[in-house]
Amino acid sequence: MRWGVVTFPGSNDDAQTAFVLEGLLGEKVDRLWHKDTELGPVDAIFLPGGFSYGDYLRCGAMARFSPIMRAVESFAADGGLIIGVCNGFQILCEAGLLPGALVRNRDLRFLCQRAHVRVEDTDSAFTNRCRRGEVLDIPIKHGEGCYVADAATLDALETGRQILLRYCDTEGRVTPASNPNGSLGSIAAVRNARGNVFGMMPHPEYAAEWLVGGEDGRKILQSMIASGGVAADAVPAATRSKVVSGP
Amino acid sequence: MTAHQVSQVTLTTAHEHGLTTEEFERIEGILGRTPTFEELGVFSVMWSEHCSYKSSRVHLKTLPTTGPRVLQGPGENAGALDVGDGMAVVFKIESHNHPSFVEPFQGAATGVGGILRDIFTMGARPIANLNSLHFGRPEHARTPFLVRGVVAGIGHYGNCIGVPTVGGEVHFDPGYDHNILVNAFTLGVVASDRIFRATADGPGNSVLYVGSKTGRDGIHGASLLASAEFDAESETKRPTVQVGDPFTEKLLLEACLELMSPAYSDHLVGIQDMGAAGLTSSSTEMASRSGTGIDLDLSRVPLRERVVTPYEMLLSESQERMLLVVHRGSEEVVQDLFRKWDLDAEVIGTVTDSQRLRATYEGQLVVDIPIEPLTDGAPALDRPAAEGGGEQETPRLVLADLAEPLDYGEALLQLLASPNLCSREWVYRQYDAYVGGGTIVRPGSDAAVVRLPGTEKAIAMSVDSMARFCAIDPYVGMVSAVAEAARNLAASGAEPIGVTNCLNFGSPEKPDVMWQFQQAVQGLRDACVAFGTPVVSGNVSFYNETEGSSIPPSPVIAMVGLLEDASQHVTQWFKGEGDAVVLLGRNHEELGGSEYVATVHHQVRGTLPWIDLDVERRLIDVLRASAREGLLRSAHDVSAGGLAVALAECCMTAESSPRLGARIDLEDGLRPDALLFGESHGRAVVSARRRHLTRLRELATRAEVPIAIIGEVRGHRLEIGELVALGVDDMHTRWSESLEKVLADNPPQ
Repeated sequence: MRWGVVTFPGSNDDAQTAFVLEGLLGEKVDRLWHKDTELGPVDAIFLPGGFSYGDYLRCGAMARFSPIMRAVESFAADGGLIIGVCNGFQILCEAGLLPGALVRNRDLRFLCQRAHVRVEDTDSAFTNRCRRGEVLDIPIKHGEGCYVADAATLDALETGRQILLRYCDTEGRVTPASNPNGSLGSIAAVRNARGNVFGMMPHPEYAAEWLVGGEDGRKILQSMIASGGVAADAVPAATRSKVVSGP
Repeated sequence: MTAHQVSQVTLTTAHEHGLTTEEFERIEGILGRTPTFEELGVFSVMWSEHCSYKSSRVHLKTLPTTGPRVLQGPGENAGALDVGDGMAVVFKIESHNHPSFVEPFQGAATGVGGILRDIFTMGARPIANLNSLHFGRPEHARTPFLVRGVVAGIGHYGNCIGVPTVGGEVHFDPGYDHNILVNAFTLGVVASDRIFRATADGPGNSVLYVGSKTGRDGIHGASLLASAEFDAESETKRPTVQVGDPFTEKLLLEACLELMSPAYSDHLVGIQDMGAAGLTSSSTEMASRSGTGIDLDLSRVPLRERVVTPYEMLLSESQERMLLVVHRGSEEVVQDLFRKWDLDAEVIGTVTDSQRLRATYEGQLVVDIPIEPLTDGAPALDRPAAEGGGEQETPRLVLADLAEPLDYGEALLQLLASPNLCSREWVYRQYDAYVGGGTIVRPGSDAAVVRLPGTEKAIAMSVDSMARFCAIDPYVGMVSAVAEAARNLAASGAEPIGVTNCLNFGSPEKPDVMWQFQQAVQGLRDACVAFGTPVVSGNVSFYNETEGSSIPPSPVIAMVGLLEDASQHVTQWFKGEGDAVVLLGRNHEELGGSEYVATVHHQVRGTLPWIDLDVERRLIDVLRASAREGLLRSAHDVSAGGLAVALAECCMTAESSPRLGARIDLEDGLRPDALLFGESHGRAVVSARRRHLTRLRELATRAEVPIAIIGEVRGHRLEIGELVALGVDDMHTRWSESLEKVLADNPPQ
């Protein structure tokens, strides 16, 4: 599969993402620059973590207006597969490509630790290589990772099976104590209704090697590879329209 | 204020700049006239303690700085060591003490920013940050505010720029109530034939200013804030603290490394960051190294605000700026590269053969000074030193007068919950330890271990100081700190290869402080010679005093180690039921200066534990050899808190539950409290599979290191003879919740 990994000014996890995709999983990677206006012939887009534009405004609020985001929005509208991790997740929320928002952690401090997340649904382009209820060990590192949305949105996420990962303990129990940042419903990852855009706060790219952080994160990336760049509910890549439409 | 303030310079002006009468007369002699206001500013910063090392230079020359791996010793932005396969590591530790006390968040943040620039200036990509923090008593009103601010500031800068913070140390002592210590360390990697240096070769070449615009912040940070003691007015010096912008530094880092990549590097002659004393020190030091001169046109300096005087431009310590020398004709290529990263890049001067620093502003010459007296010819002092007076003599510790604890389990819990021994997780959870993808051992073990990118190798790092020991005996304290760092690396499986130091002391004008300093430097020299670890970079921070009272002598070192095979790294926590617990080294009846005597008996006294560098070296050899052969399931050096605390840490520090306990039996004729809590050197606790014990014993015996099987990894309790029986989870709770509790009990100001 051919991936586009976007570098915004202040992206920190772009190189690691490209290394994991290319060096460990044998994928093709195009490094894309925030000033680019076209994505090129990619099958999936990866918006990596970091502090785009220093996160001096709301996280992701500036990056969402980068030239490349117009192309990313079109790609999403055409059913292209998109994953945003950490700051990438924040950018997708700011861009309106995913519901909800990410606000400061419950204890108002940056949090870097191993986190356990439970797979809530496997019928997706992002979790099809996991088992339902499986506990993944993937690190988090963020100051603004507390997922919030209004009650109606949360209901829609539940009924639409859009919540793919929840924070849990090592045994898979979702409890207040296993929720590191105060996210509503212990939500760690969601997809859009159509199933082609996905955001997660934990970092799969830092859980891809036995020596550094374990290998549980590979399952997310391998799920996307297994999907062949096509979301379950989305239009096949071959028939994607070339018409630019809004988010 | 007009754009170009013209002030008459007098002896009073010189005194206000921290210069002595003698120094002012020397300046007049050098110039053959009264200096301009701008020139006075230049001399005052270049001759400040912070920039000139005038009180320390003669002593630092005695340190071992050479060795087969040394590619760059002291005198550059940072030191560099060859680690094989055509790669080098570049590292340094530096203080940012006074700014962090005045404004903890920005002070600590810019401390990290400054040390990062020192590393990537040399072409190295930073892959690890560590730090050493000394705070006052937790119960002091200002301490929680300082701890929160400093930790958040370090995290803010490192997390945002994307360099992992992988380790460090935090100490609390009343001696730092009014003068905290914030020392920041960075290590980077570079191809060994692509190390860039801060030179200004080739008259006619262009001087480029890149990075953030110049503002009026940080003026006299180096000369007045870092080179004078604190008083009641210090709070008003907040404007001398710089404000950090890690986002801009991230852009600067990427742009500079791109410039130093093979595609662009032919354009570059030399590069230096504008740190302390900003434009003045960077231009002067670059010209000095090349024996050239530099002409600056200050009218072309990019400015953040409308009115900045030439004096302020020369002295501003605005962050995230670099000075480059590029070949004539390369200016546009380099400027385009920086513009791609949305950064300023202006030609502000030319390299000359005049061996002078000349600066013009709006066509008028405001500075014209020979380079030599600003750098190599700056004042060097051999200040008087004398051992301190009677009240500083450490009282003897008479063991017979020291009551044994009634309940050893409770004493152990008390130690585990004490501010200096409790878990640092509250601190390091605020630091991104993963970013970059190379962190193998994160904070919480003896040493941090980070992969050397693109190789099978790894680098181990440990930052250590022994302020409590140094307060009793700075020589022994320093030797002990170096030995502990070496043990930490060896316990992680690494070979110690080099050292950087940050020597934090009071006023060098006090003979007793100079004596402490000399003792510490001698200790550093002797220990580094013994371990074969050259000192390749460092920093001296004097004037850590408030209202005439000095901090305890606080030399800090960071030691760097090499693992040829990253997969052979070892961590400190127990791994498997049934493994044997083995003590390497010998127990002695030594309690002097121990954490136990301080915490349980509330005394800092006694003779420090004996240290024998030959014993240490042999222990290190055994640890490394057994790690290489894969014999060690865990290894942990015995240090603060003694054997019992070391064992508790082996049980508690595993990242994932269930945590394992151990059944220990110690057969030794020592007093039980000395056996459990004494801090004798030359010891480590390791665990190993039964089938590896024969080989482990062989290695130890051959190196003449005492070895004893003292127990077994078993269950979820730590049991030591009949003295201690504690649930591991209970210990963990006390240990891990203590720091936050201590800080919360005393809400921030």
